[in-house]
Amino acid sequence: MGLIEAILLTIFTAAKPLLIAALGELVTERSGVLNLGVEGMMIMGAVSSFAFAIYTGNPYIGALGAIIVGVLFSMLFAFLTINLVTNQVATGLALTILGLGLSGLWGEAFVGIPGVKLQPIIVPFLSDITFFGKLFFQQDIIFYFSIALLIGVSWFLFKTRAGLVVRAVGDSHSSAHALGVSVVKTRYLAVMFGGACSGLAGAHLSLVYTTQWIENVTAGRGWVALALVVFTSWRPNRVLIGVCLFGAVAHSSAWLQNSHATAFSLALYCNHRRSSDNFT
Amino acid sequence: MLDLLAFSVFVTDMEPDIANTLNNASDNMLAVKNITKLYGDFPANQNIDLHIKTGEIHALLGENGAGKSTFVKMLYGSLQPSSGEIFWKGEPVNITSPSHARKLGIGMVFQHFSLFEALSVSENIALSLSTDISLNDVTQKATELSNKYGLPLNPEALIGDLSVGERQRVEIVRCLMQNPELIILDEPTSVLTPQEAESLFETLDILKSEGRSILFISHRFDEVRRLCDRATILRFGEVSGACDPKQETSASIARMIVGSEVSLISKKAPQMSEAVLLKISNLSQPAATPFAIPLSNISIDIHAGEIIGIAGVAGNGQSEFFDAISGEVLSKLSTEVQIRDENVGLMTINERRKLGASFVPEERLGHGAVSEFKLSDNMLLARHKSDDVAFQRLGKIGMIWRDMIEKATKRVCDVMDVRKADVDPLAGSLSDGNLQKFIIGRELDRQPSVLVINQPTWGVDAGAASHIRQSIVDLARSGSAVLIISQDLDEVFELSDRIAVMFDGSLSQSLDASKTNREEIGLLMAGVDGNEGKHAA
Repeated sequence: MGLIEAILLTIFTAAKPLLIAALGELVTERSGVLNLGVEGMMIMGAVSSFAFAIYTGNPYIGALGAIIVGVLFSMLFAFLTINLVTNQVATGLALTILGLGLSGLWGEAFVGIPGVKLQPIIVPFLSDITFFGKLFFQQDIIFYFSIALLIGVSWFLFKTRAGLVVRAVGDSHSSAHALGVSVVKTRYLAVMFGGACSGLAGAHLSLVYTTQWIENVTAGRGWVALALVVFTSWRPNRVLIGVCLFGAVAHSSAWLQNSHATAFSLALYCNHRRSSDNFT
Repeated sequence: MLDLLAFSVFVTDMEPDIANTLNNASDNMLAVKNITKLYGDFPANQNIDLHIKTGEIHALLGENGAGKSTFVKMLYGSLQPSSGEIFWKGEPVNITSPSHARKLGIGMVFQHFSLFEALSVSENIALSLSTDISLNDVTQKATELSNKYGLPLNPEALIGDLSVGERQRVEIVRCLMQNPELIILDEPTSVLTPQEAESLFETLDILKSEGRSILFISHRFDEVRRLCDRATILRFGEVSGACDPKQETSASIARMIVGSEVSLISKKAPQMSEAVLLKISNLSQPAATPFAIPLSNISIDIHAGEIIGIAGVAGNGQSEFFDAISGEVLSKLSTEVQIRDENVGLMTINERRKLGASFVPEERLGHGAVSEFKLSDNMLLARHKSDDVAFQRLGKIGMIWRDMIEKATKRVCDVMDVRKADVDPLAGSLSDGNLQKFIIGRELDRQPSVLVINQPTWGVDAGAASHIRQSIVDLARSGSAVLIISQDLDEVFELSDRIAVMFDGSLSQSLDASKTNREEIGLLMAGVDGNEGKHAA
C-alpha cells in the first residue's frame, strides 16, 4: 500500500462521520432550525449502535438502531423548539449535554467489551483497479451511503419541490405559512433527518473507527460538523471539500507526530492555520 | 315549475339568510354572512356581510386598521372567523388554510409581500403552485404570463435584489399562475406607473370578462371608480357603507371611509431662493450586483424651499440613487454629492446627517427602523450622532440620556399622530402608515435643511398619507430642500415644484410641475424621450 493511498484512506475514515453529520445538519439549518445538539445525537448514535450490534451480533442492525435513536433524540429537540418554542441555542446545548451524560451512563456496561466491526463491502472487479479500487471500492457500507447522501441531499435541496419548500421555510417561515406550507411539519422532518444523519455518523465511530466503547468517543466531532455547515455556507457540494480538509488536518497532526520532529512542527503550523482560518 | 314552487315553499321555512343565499346562489361567487373576528375581546371584524358576484370587480375600501386585511385573510384561510359563515358558489365552506382557498379557486396578491428573498423569481412562483411542475416549465409559463399582462420579470433574479415594485409584479404573476376564479388584490397599483396601472386594469378587465371575480383593495378612489362595479367600505371593523363607485365622487367615497372630509394639502407658492442645498453633479456608478442598475451621469440641483419629485418605474435606479445620496454607498468622487456646498460624496451617513441632511429609505422595517427595537431605541439609532448633544450626556463617555430620547419620541408621536397600542411599542408592531409617520416624524423633528425621501407614502392609507405630505410641504416652505423619490405619480404631482424622471439609471431634465402633465411624465417614465429607449425589465 502506497503512502498516498494510506494517507487518503485515513482522511476518508476521518471525513465520513463529519460528512454525514454535516449534511444532516445542513438540511436542518436550511429549514431555519439551528440544532446545536449534533454532538449529543452523534454520541447517542455511537452508544446505541454499539449496544444493538453486540446484542444482535449484527453491525447493520447496530447502524439502524443508531439511526432510530438519533431520530428519537432529535424529536425531543423538535418538540421543545418547534412546539414549545424554546430557545434553539439553549435547547441544542442542553441536548448535547444530555447526550454525553446518557451515553456515558448507558455505555458504562460496555467498557472493555469488544464490539462488532462493520466489514467492508468489496465491489467485484472495480476493487481490483489499482489505487482507486482500494480507496473507493473496498469500503464499508457507511462510506457508500455517505456518497449517495451527498448526491441525494444536493439533488433534494435544489432539484425537488420538497427541497424548495425546505429552503422557503428557512428563508421566511411567515411567508411559507401564508402560502399554506406546513412550517411545523417541514421543520420536524428536517430536524429528524438531521437526527438520523447524526446517529449514523455516531454509528460509524463505534462500528468502524474504534469498535469498542469509549466514553466521549465523539470528541467534538459534532461541533466540527456544525462548524463545517457554516464553513461551507450551507452548500452540500462544498461540504465534501470541507470534510476532506478537516479530515486531512485532523489526521495529519496525529500521523506527523510519529514521523519526524520537523513534521510535528508542520502539523502545529497546519493546526494553527486551521484555527486562524476558521475562527477569525 | 311545480318543483320550483315546492322548493320556494321549502325555502321560506328556512332561516331567512340561508334562504337568501340559496336564491342568490346562481350569481354569487362568494357570500359572507355575519362574519366576526375577535382578537381577545377586541373585534377586528364585526358582523360583516358581503357578496361578490361572478364576473365583477368589487372594491373593499377602508383606512389602515379598518379591518380589511383581517377580512381578506379569513377569505384566504390564513385566519379563521370567530363566528359567521362563508358561502362559496352557494355552498357553505370552512376555509381552513391558504392551500384550501387556492383549491377552491381563490388567489391572493398580498400587500406585505410573502416572497422568499433568498430564492429566485421562478422558485418563488413554483412554491405557490400545488402541482409539481418542473422549474423550467414554471419559468416558461411565468414569462408567458408576464409578457401577456405587461408585467416584465427576470425569472432568474433573486427576490432580495428586486425593488418593491418588481416584487409586486412577481406577486401578481404568481397569483395569475394559479388560474384563480376569485382574485384578491391588496393594494396592487400603489407602485405602478399610470401606464402600468392602466395595463393592469386592462388585464383585470380581461379576467373579469372571462367570468372571474376580483376583490380589489385600494386607497385610490379614482382607480376604484375607474375599475370597480361595486364597493364595500369598512370602518372600525364594520361595514360603514356600500355604493356603486361610478355614481360617487372621490370626496364622497373619502367621506365614507374616514367619516369626515379628508383635508387637502395646502401648498403655498414656493419661495425659491438661489441657495443650492443639495447638489448632485455627474453622479455615475457601476452596478454593484448583477441585478442592480448602473447610474450614469446624474446631475440635479435642489434649492432651499423647493420640493423636487423624482418619478419613475420601480427598478430604474431609484434605490441606487437614494443610496448614493444618503451615503449608504459612497461615490467615486467626493464632488458628486454636495450638501450645503460641502463635498460629501465620500462621507458616511452620519457625517451627512451632521451637515443637516435627513434620509428616509424605502423599506421601513430593516432599513428605516429595526422591527424588534422600541420606537425610542429606533430614535436613538438614527440620531445618536446628529443629536449627540441632546441624546447623550457625560461628554465623551456618551451615556444614553433615556429621558430626552423618550421625550423626543413622544413629541414625534404626538406631532405626527402615530397611533399605537403602547407608550413605546416595538417598531414592528405598528401598522405601515403609523410606522412611516414615525420615521418621517423622527427626521422632520430635526428640522433638516435637506430631506431625501424614497417612497414617502407607499402602502399608507389616505389619512396618514395626507398628514405626511402636508408635513413635507411645510418643511420645504420653511426653507429646506426636499427631494422625494416616488412611483406614485399623483403624489409626485401633488408635492413637487419640479419633476424629473428616472429611467434606466439616468435622470431627465427637471420640468416645472405646473407646466407639465401626466402624459409627458408618463412617456419619460417609459423611456420615450425623443430618443429610442428600452423598457427596463
